[in-house]
Amino acid sequence: MNSVDTNMITDAVQQEIVKAENLAAGYPGKTVWQGANFSFVRGEFVAIIGPNGAGKTLLMRLLLGLQQPIRGTIKTFNSSPKRGNPKIGYVPQRHLIDNDTNIECIELVRLAFSGNKWGFSLSSKNERKIAFDALEAVGAAELAHQPLSALSGGELQRIFLAEALVSNPEILLLDEPLSNLDIRRAKELVQLVNKVVRSRNVTALLVAHDINPLLPYLDKVVYMANGKAATGKPKDVLTSESLTALYGVHIEVIQDSRGNVAIIGIEDHHGDE
Amino acid sequence: MVTNNNIFSPNLLADLQQMFQYQFMQHAFEAGTVIAIIAGIVGYLVVLRRSAFASHALSHIGFAGAAGAVLLGVNPIFGLLTFTCGGGVGMAVLGPRAVNRDVQIGTVLAFMLGLGVLFISLYTGYATEAYSILFGEILGISNNDVLVTVAASLVILAAVGIMYRPLLFASLDEDVAEAKGLSMPLLGIIFMLLVAVAVSIAVQVVGVLLIFSLMVTPAAMARRLAKRPRNAIIISVFIALMATWSSLFIAFYEPYPVSFFITSIVFVSYLFVRYVYPSRICLECREKFSSLYLAKHLQKKHHNI
Repeated sequence: MNSVDTNMITDAVQQEIVKAENLAAGYPGKTVWQGANFSFVRGEFVAIIGPNGAGKTLLMRLLLGLQQPIRGTIKTFNSSPKRGNPKIGYVPQRHLIDNDTNIECIELVRLAFSGNKWGFSLSSKNERKIAFDALEAVGAAELAHQPLSALSGGELQRIFLAEALVSNPEILLLDEPLSNLDIRRAKELVQLVNKVVRSRNVTALLVAHDINPLLPYLDKVVYMANGKAATGKPKDVLTSESLTALYGVHIEVIQDSRGNVAIIGIEDHHGDE
Repeated sequence: MVTNNNIFSPNLLADLQQMFQYQFMQHAFEAGTVIAIIAGIVGYLVVLRRSAFASHALSHIGFAGAAGAVLLGVNPIFGLLTFTCGGGVGMAVLGPRAVNRDVQIGTVLAFMLGLGVLFISLYTGYATEAYSILFGEILGISNNDVLVTVAASLVILAAVGIMYRPLLFASLDEDVAEAKGLSMPLLGIIFMLLVAVAVSIAVQVVGVLLIFSLMVTPAAMARRLAKRPRNAIIISVFIALMATWSSLFIAFYEPYPVSFFITSIVFVSYLFVRYVYPSRICLECREKFSSLYLAKHLQKKHHNI
């Protein structure tokens, strides 16, 4: 019995593909958040929520190796994050696709696959096939030859998701993919991400303002505000008691009949500007 | 511009034979061809990176260098190269966003033009030097200039050949490219150096003031017409080549500046692409092509399976 337990523990440790201990992040001279502890295993769908300026994007940058922590440790795949890791797919918050960009979607996805390589591609057919498969995986095959400028916000997000998936990553970092979408499109995209997470056993970290469209699918939530981060299962983290205990001010989590939650009290005390 | 002894005949081959009897026409076609190819390629990256104004500014910075070189009795192309490369690296080091700062760039641009005017006024020679730097003088290009142009172009071609995909990726999707491990500061400097060298040689054809017509407008048209970067570059080069060749051809018979013909041809083509080229038909084509491709692709897949 005992040996089985240890086996299960080592399995769990091995599968921890993101782990942070006493992590603090910020910019020179300014700590945005600190004391964060969390770990994510393979195949988890995690939401990172919190108000503007809480440091959600900062967490993405740490995981991408674009920035170093102020204190503590962060590990991806049991080592310090390194820039350019193909096992991490990334959808940034803003894409500078302007209205005159007539380039077709498949070319953008293809660049995400081979754009960091020198010289010309020897096998453009093979690359286009790989890009097309990534588009197919997000249900955007019919958009492959549409120009980027002709797409709607929801369609663009699917292309960006394909761009992130093309290198066959094990971690997906999605920075506010829902921010410009209406409720219906947001729901569709969340369902798509969920499908990707479950079918490919990918760990997805999705940054959002509003947790409600995500709630039915989440394994974990990281709630960031006022320089702190709370992590756990949504039903454990998003309660009046746990958030009040964490932040030391009265916070109320209200739930409606359909399970939607509203967090009240934190925005007033959001004062790191 | 040339002579009045040459009369245009409907036999184009005979016309060209007659043209190429003159060495200056040979040089003009050689340099013009090489420059059009380079301007078409680099111009597409400029447009994709939204750095059109920065490239315009670089040519003005180059004016001060060219005028200074004239003053010192050096070949203007070396003054141009020195100043544009210095200015380009400076802009890149100030940060990628510096390239989009209109007011600051404009301020530096005006100062450099002023500096150029000072150098020209200090130079006691002919004002034609200033005129040809400002508006181009491809018909007066020397054998030596052709060699410098070809050498500079080979350097650009090699650099673009090696860094084609990273440059494209960084221009199109900077944040993802950075996360994929590409160095944005390094690519920024390389890109600005490419533009600097391309601008310096293109000045010989259209001059510092008309640089847009070769470096930006053909590429802007290509961007509208093509959906794949490679095709866009081919179109951009094609337009720049056609404009240069036909302008040289016309200028052989008509007493007006080559740069006037280039700018006019490019401008009219731009208007055509922008307003006349039917965007609705274009959209229909897109739909047709995309469904065709899809059908073909799916068929292939089935075959494979």
